[in-house]
Amino acid sequence: MEVNLCRIEVSFQNDARAKIAKKSIERAGFGKISAVSLNDVYTISSQFQEKDLEKCAFLLHNPVTQQFSIGKPLPSKEFDWAIEIGFLPGVTDNVGKTAAETLQDFFGEEAKETAVFSSQLFFIKGDFSKEEAGKIGEIFANPLIQGIYIKTREQFEADSGMDVIAPIVKLHEEPKAREVNLEISDEELLKLGKHGILDHVESDGTEARRGPLALDLSSLHIIRDYFKKESRKPTDIEIESLAQTWSEHCKHTIFAAELDDLEKGLYKGLIKDATEKVRESKGKEDNCVSVFVDNSGGIDFDKENIVSDKVETHNSPSALDPFGGAITGIVGVNRDTMGFGMAAKPIINRYGFCFAEPKDAELLYRAKEKGNSILPPERIMLGVIDGVQVGGNCSGIPTPTGFMYFDERYKGKPLVFVGTVGLMPRLVNGKKGHEKKAEPDDVIVMVGGRVGLDGIHGATFSSEALSSGSPATAVQIGDPITQKKMSDAIVKEARDLNLYTSITDNGAGGLSCSVAEMAKECGGCSVDLEKVPVKYQGMSPWQIWVSESQERMTLAIPKEKTKQFIDLMTQRGVEATAIGEFNDSQRCVVKFNNKKIMDIDMHFLHDGLPRKKLATKPMYPFLKNPSFEEPSNLGRTLLEMLSRLNICSKEFISAQYDHEVQGSSVLKPLQGKGRVNADAAVVRPLLESQKGVGVSHALYPGYGDIDTYWMAAAAIDSAVKNLIAVGAKMEDIALLDNFCWCSSNEPERLWQLKKAAQACNDFAILYKTPFISGKDSMFNDFKGFDSDSNALKISVPPTLLISSIAVISDSRKCVSMDAKIEGDLVYAVGFTTGELGASEYYRMQAKKANDKNATGGTVPTVDGKKALASYNALSKAIEKGLVASVQAVSLGGLGIAIAKKCIAGRIGAKIDLKKVLSVGINRNDSILFSESQSRLLVTVASENKSGFESAMNGIRFSKIGIVSGTKLEITGIAGKQKISLPVSELEEAYKKTLRDY
Amino acid sequence: MVKAILLAGYGINCEEETAFAFKKAGAETEIIHINDLIANPKKLSEAQIFAFPGGFSYGDNTGSGNALANKIRNNLWTKLVEFIEAEKLILGICNGFQVITNLGILPGIENRQAKRTVALSHNNSARYECRWVSLKSFSKKCVFTKGIDLIRMPVAHGEGKFVADENILKQLKESDQIAFKYVDENGEPANSVFPQNPNGSLEDIAGICSKDGRVFGLMPHPERNIFFTQQADWTLQKEKLKRAGKEIPEESAGMQIFRNAVEYFK
Repeated sequence: MEVNLCRIEVSFQNDARAKIAKKSIERAGFGKISAVSLNDVYTISSQFQEKDLEKCAFLLHNPVTQQFSIGKPLPSKEFDWAIEIGFLPGVTDNVGKTAAETLQDFFGEEAKETAVFSSQLFFIKGDFSKEEAGKIGEIFANPLIQGIYIKTREQFEADSGMDVIAPIVKLHEEPKAREVNLEISDEELLKLGKHGILDHVESDGTEARRGPLALDLSSLHIIRDYFKKESRKPTDIEIESLAQTWSEHCKHTIFAAELDDLEKGLYKGLIKDATEKVRESKGKEDNCVSVFVDNSGGIDFDKENIVSDKVETHNSPSALDPFGGAITGIVGVNRDTMGFGMAAKPIINRYGFCFAEPKDAELLYRAKEKGNSILPPERIMLGVIDGVQVGGNCSGIPTPTGFMYFDERYKGKPLVFVGTVGLMPRLVNGKKGHEKKAEPDDVIVMVGGRVGLDGIHGATFSSEALSSGSPATAVQIGDPITQKKMSDAIVKEARDLNLYTSITDNGAGGLSCSVAEMAKECGGCSVDLEKVPVKYQGMSPWQIWVSESQERMTLAIPKEKTKQFIDLMTQRGVEATAIGEFNDSQRCVVKFNNKKIMDIDMHFLHDGLPRKKLATKPMYPFLKNPSFEEPSNLGRTLLEMLSRLNICSKEFISAQYDHEVQGSSVLKPLQGKGRVNADAAVVRPLLESQKGVGVSHALYPGYGDIDTYWMAAAAIDSAVKNLIAVGAKMEDIALLDNFCWCSSNEPERLWQLKKAAQACNDFAILYKTPFISGKDSMFNDFKGFDSDSNALKISVPPTLLISSIAVISDSRKCVSMDAKIEGDLVYAVGFTTGELGASEYYRMQAKKANDKNATGGTVPTVDGKKALASYNALSKAIEKGLVASVQAVSLGGLGIAIAKKCIAGRIGAKIDLKKVLSVGINRNDSILFSESQSRLLVTVASENKSGFESAMNGIRFSKIGIVSGTKLEITGIAGKQKISLPVSELEEAYKKTLRDY
Repeated sequence: MVKAILLAGYGINCEEETAFAFKKAGAETEIIHINDLIANPKKLSEAQIFAFPGGFSYGDNTGSGNALANKIRNNLWTKLVEFIEAEKLILGICNGFQVITNLGILPGIENRQAKRTVALSHNNSARYECRWVSLKSFSKKCVFTKGIDLIRMPVAHGEGKFVADENILKQLKESDQIAFKYVDENGEPANSVFPQNPNGSLEDIAGICSKDGRVFGLMPHPERNIFFTQQADWTLQKEKLKRAGKEIPEESAGMQIFRNAVEYFK
């Protein structure tokens, strides 16, 4: 029977999405819109008859709220333009997939080959040109992954609707491996490394290459020598595989390199070194279980369980497709939890975004003459927020904490941090849960999604390739439900049935990395690549091997359990396929249709790349202090500060991320009646236990402009302090590092990097807070052009995110940040000095003075020993129940911390700046907005005054005021009232900046 | 012992905490993957309570709850009707509520036919909303809400706007099927105002029950308010209780809903 294509269109009588779409169009500057409506379209490829299609429509619509039409447009609406947006061939289409599953379940065998493609059809009434209609389409579509089809009303009516389009992938790749000649000139080798293997020569003589391998000349020489010894030419799959395994992404060559006099390099010499020293000094109190050896790091939770944590970045993919990049980031790091030890259950998601200001609408371009524009910051911000929302919410993992930080230097490349905490039993089937080992003869099983061209060379995709290349390969979209099914089936069932011996996730490099990595555990592998289930026919073997298609795990399964495992997966709606065997041959072998196409020595594959030797060169910034008088109206200044992007409310993000799922919420992302964004969150992962997990984070990219050492020190101190504030204890805190650097081939940037890493070493050791996991992303630079074709380079400021995690013994003792009850005393813990360099206050003043270099030179430093004493004392006071609220002081200083406390509690306070312990400050604004580190603001019931004060004995702290009334009243150092503002006004200033999102 | 079965699979994700709440209320619980239930539908006859937990079945694709409802209608319909006719209890929370309205078992089946008459549509904000809301109980016949007047619990959904036509709404009122409405903190009607009514639901309706009160669906999550420390304002409540010299409770109000269900069979 013939396959036919048919469109079913569904529309709501009243569609909230259409109203929001209209708003988005108006916000983009198209003011002439009078109506927007929206149809959901299902294009069905099937052998169905008309009566069957009626049934399809019944299954795909809701008669209470929707109407449908089959093969013709719905009754005409008021519109001038019809704009349809559908996926390009090969792009993950989750709606289409679910629709097809629904039809297959209903019709059974006869619908086996049925495919469904989803699209959305916008009807827009307004007077504008076709070009403008295209621009409107681009508000909702990303041309990298979606097609935009436009018709005028006349055309639409003449054609009886939109065209029927089924985006089916048609490939004509050679299904075999090719030899690659490395006996070529260095010039040709460089081309090979930079632009990839020559695929074919176009009719006009241009070379079509397969995309960057990112292999430098010395690496290519080593590869050439290896194959000389093997007496044969390498195949394309071997070269691609080596390029993946040796990439900066997988091998962290810069952190591993010998750096100046640091023979062991940054990672072993400073980061891992700190952890080793901390573990040694803590002795029996060491809480590390598994560090730096697995997909996540693990620490003690209780007698029966371990918690794991991992934070990843997904910067480049998010720059290209913010939604797709962010969703694959979050579901990807979820797999680092499933791939930790024998598989942990994800219990917390966390996020962190660094963007340029959303109102910055000036476009930049990857090519001259306004070619290939980058996405504007607002678009990136909203897409990334949405991607993490869909990924996290659909996966049923709470997202209780995160941050959004702005600096114009994130305009070329945003930073997107995503992290996941997991929980796993110490013992899995009687063996240590955090250990795993694939055994020779175990079957290699790939589980989850199918393999397509997604994300091939994704991380290194060049701009040229992006403008002209095949969209199916450039960007990936996540399918969180496929992953959720897989996660449930593995973590909640297969693991405890003892069905596998090892597990890892498929991330960067796909199978080429996951299988080769696991093969290290037993000493070799042999893969039959033709067995790998693919999304469509016609892929080359090398593409199947390195594809980064999402939602896949690789497992090692004892032969006798393979059937039971695959049957279980099938019963859970999860695809699982045996694709080869592990062995101890010391070779990584790949076959395709019984022909050996890859055969590389395991040792060479993993350790063949020699370490680099790098040198640094000092750099010192030229920054001056801004010169201005203390503002006469400090109240107005406080309101301005509260409205700053880096300080204001991010409620719109917190409220769209489910932070209550799993029933584990203790301290939430928004606290108090006034719903203020908190710096730390606490969850209780086991419903039957009071044990909690606290999570927080900190970063100070601004401080790095002055000194990256103190930038790193401040981040560590704050990430720790935020957890102390909610009730954690120093000895229970562990850290994660994420370095997002720029231009890491420049010795000056390496110098900054070394200083930051040195601070990590110093403060982790002093605080006894071990690093348990980390990741680096070294080239966050954008090279392009402005609208006048002037070349420009934007590098992100060196950014170090420190994430922190702590096990909290009794979550009932946790403390929130909101001021609570009239008459409570307000204490400031810590010491304030004139450390305003790169502070939010000086950055604001420098901007007002239009002088970029006037952000100050006095960076906040950290007195670690004093901080430690404060934190330990405060922990005791919290433990004793003497504290009613705590807010860590961070960006914006004491003034902002006090304001946030009042807003959260919707209650006023009377504060006396004279009482603030400080030195060298004679200005009220400096006391209010200095960002001196290690300070906390605490409220205490008056009956606990003496208890609190004696618990804090020996610590630098002072009583600075009282919780009172409905206003924040601040008396200055000269005894005059400097600020008197109703809390409602503070709240308005805090919330108005991003309220429209 | 009263037994509650909780559905799992295909993106359902609140089964564990919902099972915990039933267990805490005294029930024996079993979480069953939908494919296992289809393979062994007799399981249903062993249970007195059938719960459709919250989550993201099929990622809300083709409309929230629709795809899972299709699968159930296609594979389990007769067993489900038998379960209802045996005068047992059904609870649908959030996505589970979306599923059972798509199945038509809420507001109720007639002649064993599945007919959809109410729907849960996109929130007015067209955005996922996770926040605490106040609810007031209205129905006198709803088994699950007995003894509850005002209660707080979180919502977390993108498609929770209750929609029905005038006739259906009238019937719901006449037969006392409106179980919960969104109200403000003082128990006054939300009057469609955000965020008290978080999604734009018709007449602030947050949950409805069948004519006999035994099938109950609601958008908010009672299983997320079963402990004192789950509440949005527990740290403030704790300070107030401490200073008044009162004991700090361990449990919270949402438990009543699960207890009502289990007690019903005692």
